[in-house]
Amino acid sequence: MLFSVLVETRPRAGVADPEGQTIERSLPALGFDGVSGVRVGKVFRFTLEAADAASAQAEVDDMCQRFLTNPVIEDVEFTVTAAEGAAV
Amino acid sequence: MPAVVGVVVFPGSNCELDAVEAVRQLGGEARLLWHRDASLGDVDAVVLPGGFAHGDYLRPGAIARFSPVMNAVGEFAAAGGPVVGICNGFQVLTEAGLLPGALQKNAGLKFLCTTVALRVEATTTPLTSEVEEGTVLRIPINHFEGNYTCSPETLAELRSDDRIIFRYVDNPNGSVDDIAGICSAGRNVVGLMPHPERASHPLLGSSDGVPLLRSLLATAANSAVV
Repeated sequence: MLFSVLVETRPRAGVADPEGQTIERSLPALGFDGVSGVRVGKVFRFTLEAADAASAQAEVDDMCQRFLTNPVIEDVEFTVTAAEGAAV
Repeated sequence: MPAVVGVVVFPGSNCELDAVEAVRQLGGEARLLWHRDASLGDVDAVVLPGGFAHGDYLRPGAIARFSPVMNAVGEFAAAGGPVVGICNGFQVLTEAGLLPGALQKNAGLKFLCTTVALRVEATTTPLTSEVEEGTVLRIPINHFEGNYTCSPETLAELRSDDRIIFRYVDNPNGSVDDIAGICSAGRNVVGLMPHPERASHPLLGSSDGVPLLRSLLATAANSAVV
């Protein structure tokens, strides 16, 4: 089965995010007031072939822990959905 | 027999020749090792140089840790061989799990290219064995992601085991506890953000890196890893 995968990383709670802080400080200059808690992360989108949803989940979890994120400084969330048009 | 220092070259490394030159100037033998090499040959020490291995894609060091040579570096380190990661090399060592913690973007988001004062905090490592504790050295830094961070538990361990070997006198990048360099539990793997090889001659503005490199050569000469 083909699955669409969306992986989102962000700096872990408690880890400073100088990029996010700088963006947050810059927004009021353009008139965007009231923004807080800006955190800058990364997004990965890809297609994964796997036997079933459970094994796709397990594989994505493994690649997140071992490669896509650095667990020391990043948190990750991901979603795995059956790809449109994929044979079920 | 001069000590043989292997300097690993990843695609995107750019300080390898500085390291080679500094080692040779001090009487050591330096060899470049390509990142696809599966073996280190008969080197007595390994240096992972600065630069932008694999373009720093994903995260600095994240892809370099999968280069074939890193298996050999891991085995060499496990056998007690001296391994020094400078700047990007430090980032590679943390990503490879050979050193704890991680290096994130500098506080202030500035790429820092300057010379800093560095205090030697521990002398029982391959890079500081010939330096007195408390010595302040002037060594260049050149990084965007040099802001060392780790969990509170790791920090407590680094402190209690005397594994913080260099601290910035005036913290330039937001590193926790002013950390500029650390060593492994076995003390033979060292990572630091400053560049001792760029402070290897008075004409370069400082020769304060020389005692560090001399320490490495002395340790390498006595290294028994085959």
